[in-house]
Amino acid sequence: MNDQTSKTSKEHFEPVHTNKVGGSPFTGVTGWIDNRLPIIRMFRHEYLDFQVPKSLSYFWSFGGILTICLLLLIVTGISLGMHYKPDANQAFDSVEKIMRDVNFGWLIRYAHMNLASFFFIAVYLHIFRGLYYGSYKEPRELMWLLGIIIFFLMMATAFLGYTLPWGQMSYWGATVITNLFSAVPVVGDFIVTWLWGDYAVGDAALNRFYVLHWLIAFLIVGVVVFHVIALHIVGSNNPSGIEPKDTRDTVSFSPFTTSKDLLAMLVFLLIFVAVMMYAPNYLGHPDNYIPANPLVTPAHIVPEWYFLPFYAILRSIPDKLMGVVAMVSSIAVLGLLPWLDFSKVRSSVFRPIWKQCVFLFVLDFFVLMYIGGAPAEGIYLVIGRIGTAFWFAFFFILAPLVSIIEKPLPMPASIHEFEDWKKQGKIKTIRLFNK
Amino acid sequence: MNIKDSFFRLRYFVVACLIFFFTNISIAKETNIELLKQNWSFDGFFGKFDRTSLQRGYQVYKEVCASCHSMKQVSFRNLSEPGGPEFSEAEVKALASQYEVTDGPNGEGEMFTRKAKPSDKFKSPYPNENASRAANGGAYPPDMSVIAKARPGGSDYLYSILMGYEDKVPDNIKLEDGVYYNKYMPGNKIRMAKPISEGSVTYSDGTKATQEQIAKDVVNFLTWAAEPHLEARKKLGFKSVVYLLILTILVYLVKKKIWLRVEPKV
Repeated sequence: MNDQTSKTSKEHFEPVHTNKVGGSPFTGVTGWIDNRLPIIRMFRHEYLDFQVPKSLSYFWSFGGILTICLLLLIVTGISLGMHYKPDANQAFDSVEKIMRDVNFGWLIRYAHMNLASFFFIAVYLHIFRGLYYGSYKEPRELMWLLGIIIFFLMMATAFLGYTLPWGQMSYWGATVITNLFSAVPVVGDFIVTWLWGDYAVGDAALNRFYVLHWLIAFLIVGVVVFHVIALHIVGSNNPSGIEPKDTRDTVSFSPFTTSKDLLAMLVFLLIFVAVMMYAPNYLGHPDNYIPANPLVTPAHIVPEWYFLPFYAILRSIPDKLMGVVAMVSSIAVLGLLPWLDFSKVRSSVFRPIWKQCVFLFVLDFFVLMYIGGAPAEGIYLVIGRIGTAFWFAFFFILAPLVSIIEKPLPMPASIHEFEDWKKQGKIKTIRLFNK
Repeated sequence: MNIKDSFFRLRYFVVACLIFFFTNISIAKETNIELLKQNWSFDGFFGKFDRTSLQRGYQVYKEVCASCHSMKQVSFRNLSEPGGPEFSEAEVKALASQYEVTDGPNGEGEMFTRKAKPSDKFKSPYPNENASRAANGGAYPPDMSVIAKARPGGSDYLYSILMGYEDKVPDNIKLEDGVYYNKYMPGNKIRMAKPISEGSVTYSDGTKATQEQIAKDVVNFLTWAAEPHLEARKKLGFKSVVYLLILTILVYLVKKKIWLRVEPKV
């Protein structure tokens, strides 16, 4: 007794807990598990009780839709990987074998092919939502940046995936895109040879494209996890751009958001299934059903439709290196938007000038998409250059300028007041995706 | 007020541009001549192949096309599978046995020839691409397994090519030796001589072998060869669309009911 007191009087020990067992609100088996691995608690906290703004429109369903798309892409991709052969002599035939002899192989492959396109459709709508409602603004900048990283990775893995069937567009697309690296000063040619593992796109390149296609797909999953964790910290933005203040402004994630997102997912799935089953090759290029032939160059080498706007930017710059720089920075510049646009108001609903800028930007996106699919000559080249100039002007001139000169419309004090204003017809929002 | 008006005008402008964009995307694709559009039995939501036409098409392929074109991805057994020409298994066995294929090596290490079995792939007319080029004046008759998917316009394009040979060559086109004029070929020059004309084949089922009929039959066959599961796809497609439609309506009603809790009707 005396010994112990004398010890503690000399030194002071903090109590430690090397484990965090306990604290679960559940009992029985779920409680036993939850005490040791609190995923059940976390799930309830983040997906059932989680409070989200009441005013979310269907534009906020694309995150969930994208998650489902990603999961389906991985499931179909793994199934395809079990039958596909990444060999320059066998790749094309192995894809045909999947289409003909593997049970429901045609379904799995068409699903994978078309899901890639629909993933981009959803992601473009998702990005538009962010632009229009100012979801990139404080405190969601990091989420926005993570989103841009996901977008870059998506483009990389989509490009790599398109090379795998080893058709004419696969081969020549791969040749054109990998050749872009030769624009790097001094070490360009070395980098290209290193990327190919050979002196031309061939067997070695195809094999590594296959490995990287898998790797990047799972990297996307990783970054998506961060994107979602960040979302659950900063919370969803909403059409009003006003943060929720009390329970009049929010609903719990389940059953309100879940039922709404489920409906949106089903509508999206319906359109996807209809396209996949009745026009499975509509979004592809017929040349990719011709086996790769290094000796025959297709008349027009065109990337997949979702790359066309950026392909147009690449081609509108006469210099190869500057073209590559312009193409990469046309996406990377999105990452600067939270700081280039410093208006305190998030939602375009209250920003009359910015709203029009965003619509013009969307228009520019489609114009560039059209130009990317047209031959790079004459009037197309001129329009492409104007489009490219506007693209960058949107970020570097319009965003800061509008932040300064624009006078925002009068705003409601809270989300529930916003909802009231909407009912009274005081506010115009995008009708298409409203509930 | 002014800003609001211009915003709406802008929105219609965007919509107009989108419509322009989507209607023009097909024009941006290479072909500039209107193809001969046919009413194919495999088009549409309930598209199905015409079995007898597929069987005749196989005959055309065998007697005409196969002398130059390979069809490496298709096996004899496919001819009896559901959704295709649906020959009986005995018929397919007989059809296959008309060909000799090289197999081996056998126990002594020798290659040997045997009659083809239903599990064998269609036999190519030439052992390799070089042999094929040598026999065709330098031109390579493409493999026809997926050709119906490998050309813009697909089946209509193939039909148009078969019907597009004309004796009268426009003055501005100079034909070299071994090159023929075709109205629908990009560039109007083709290395394949007119493959079919009236009476190129004799149909055993009494169908009159006009050029149109032969072209239609063989294009049916080529479309099936490129997409052997087309019928299964359309059948499953219809079922899944109906299923999803019903499910979507039910979920819509559920969602509406759930949201009544936060948005009671006034």
